[in-house]
Amino acid sequence: MTTLTKQPDPGLSAGGPQKLRKRGKPAADFRGTGDLKTALFFIAPAMLGFVLFYLVPTIRGIYLSFTEYSILGDPEWIGTRNYERIAKDPLFWNALGVTSQYVIINIALQTILALGIALLMHRVAKSTFVRGALLMPYLMANVIAALLWFWMLDYQIGIVNQLIEWLGMPRVAFFGSEQWAIPTQALINTWRHMGYTALLIFAGLQAIPNNVYEAASIDGSKAVSTFWRITLPLLRPVLVLVLVVTVIGSFQVFDTVAVTTAGGPVNATRVLQFYIYQRAFNEQDFGYGSALAVILFLILALVAFIQMKFLRGNQSDLD
Amino acid sequence: MTTTATRPADNRRRPFAKNRAATGNRPFNWRRTTAWVLLGVAIAVSVLPFYWVLRTALSTNGSLAANSASLLPADFNLGAFKRVFGLQTAAEAIAEGGSGASINFWQYLWNSLLFSSITTAGAVFFSSMAAYAFARLRWKGRDGVFSLFLGTMLVPPIFTALPNFLLVKNLGLLNSMLGMVLPYLFMTPFAIFFMRQFFLNMSREVEEAAMIDGAKHWRIFFQIVMPNAAAPIATLALLTFMGQWNEYFWPLLVGTTEESRVLTVGLGVFKSQAPQGAPDWSGLMAATLVSATPVLILFAIFGKKIVNSIGFNGSK
Repeated sequence: MTTLTKQPDPGLSAGGPQKLRKRGKPAADFRGTGDLKTALFFIAPAMLGFVLFYLVPTIRGIYLSFTEYSILGDPEWIGTRNYERIAKDPLFWNALGVTSQYVIINIALQTILALGIALLMHRVAKSTFVRGALLMPYLMANVIAALLWFWMLDYQIGIVNQLIEWLGMPRVAFFGSEQWAIPTQALINTWRHMGYTALLIFAGLQAIPNNVYEAASIDGSKAVSTFWRITLPLLRPVLVLVLVVTVIGSFQVFDTVAVTTAGGPVNATRVLQFYIYQRAFNEQDFGYGSALAVILFLILALVAFIQMKFLRGNQSDLD
Repeated sequence: MTTTATRPADNRRRPFAKNRAATGNRPFNWRRTTAWVLLGVAIAVSVLPFYWVLRTALSTNGSLAANSASLLPADFNLGAFKRVFGLQTAAEAIAEGGSGASINFWQYLWNSLLFSSITTAGAVFFSSMAAYAFARLRWKGRDGVFSLFLGTMLVPPIFTALPNFLLVKNLGLLNSMLGMVLPYLFMTPFAIFFMRQFFLNMSREVEEAAMIDGAKHWRIFFQIVMPNAAAPIATLALLTFMGQWNEYFWPLLVGTTEESRVLTVGLGVFKSQAPQGAPDWSGLMAATLVSATPVLILFAIFGKKIVNSIGFNGSK
């Protein structure tokens, strides 16, 4: 009996209901015409939020990028002038360069460390305690991570510089020198995200069936070549997803910069989002700020597209 | 030599080790130890900075420089916490290395609590409703609308933050709690996605039975679906709350007065008020610790739930 009623259950797959309707035999539990009215009731609040705070702002943001607008008065249409200004704006190119530098250091360090930690966990420790301890930094606000390291990396009395001096090396002006400011920001965010990323990769590792490893070890595969030839390729979809998400997040670095170096020293940490913030909110140049935001949006879309395309993130080799 | 001596004891605890012993387990153990040591380093790097914050918060500014590497608080003192909660007079604060500017973390704490609770309650509830419509109801354009909702996850927050700021400003809601919570109140794309995944995997049998009995969708939703979804709703609420608690950019734009600031913004202000030359490190670390405490408490209580939610792909 139960199997009989269960079989036409449309909830088992997303494509179920449509298929059923095509056969012209609506299941007994549905009133064939669809539930538009009820759906409207259920979706109304979310739809309101979506239209007001996502859809309209997106369109308005694009519109504003073609205007001159200083909050007072009305936006004035100036065509592509903002974009022409951006192309010749040395501060924009600096911001783009600085941000890219940050993303590269941050993502490289974070991904390698996270992969390493995930492999270690896979090998020796899967306990909630270990995972919890590694996750702690991620649960803290960016602002907290920034201030914590601002103190620990202080030039004068920060503990890290104490350790560096004990090791017989010269102190490092982590936040004060142009050369170190961006790597330091990358380090702070690496610290915050490394455990979280490790847990994501770890989840991917656990999805790899054990018999693959067994087969490899029977064939006499060494640990190193098992990693390069089996683990890494099978992990690729998860890694690509993690990379897309972390790279997009990394491009939008703002909090840690705003709280510690505020773009300095000179322009060393004036990352894209901080530059947008300054133009829009400090200089009240909303049109220009919006155009910069459009550029950031396009960069993110492009990066995500390239990653998905070239790393084939949506295909699995597990089948 | 030592390994041979400890091997019998090892075998008693782990019966499987016998096998390995026969094939020579020394290289294996050696690797395992290295793995543990490396993992230990990663854990230490993740956790020890929190101790350093506590140790600094309990120190006195004047003694920090001279004892910059002492593992215990330098000149143990609760002044920093008093300063953070506005319990010291300006003169006292300045004497202890503070800026003397008025700062009141009770207010910020309250604002953060309101901001995070209201947005979490609203977003989780309304997103669950929408998710139900996406997962269980059949209507024209459903999948298109859902993709559109999901697509907003790709739009960088700063992109919508500029126009949203203008909207909130035009509504006269700058520096108000309402203005701060509005953009998050009705939905977050992630919450809808998360709940829809859960609903799709939920058994329909009870719902169908109720429907045959003539129950309407809203009754099924409130009396059957929501109670059955208590566990994922709790997880989602936790994740949303912590995310909102840590939010910085939007509250920085909208809540800039002493009355409307949330903790993260207040922390930034506290840091920038630091007297030139000698920052109020113990005060700053006390403030940092105060800001982190609610999340730490949640983590202590719901740690397992939070940890297990990482890597969630909707199939569990």
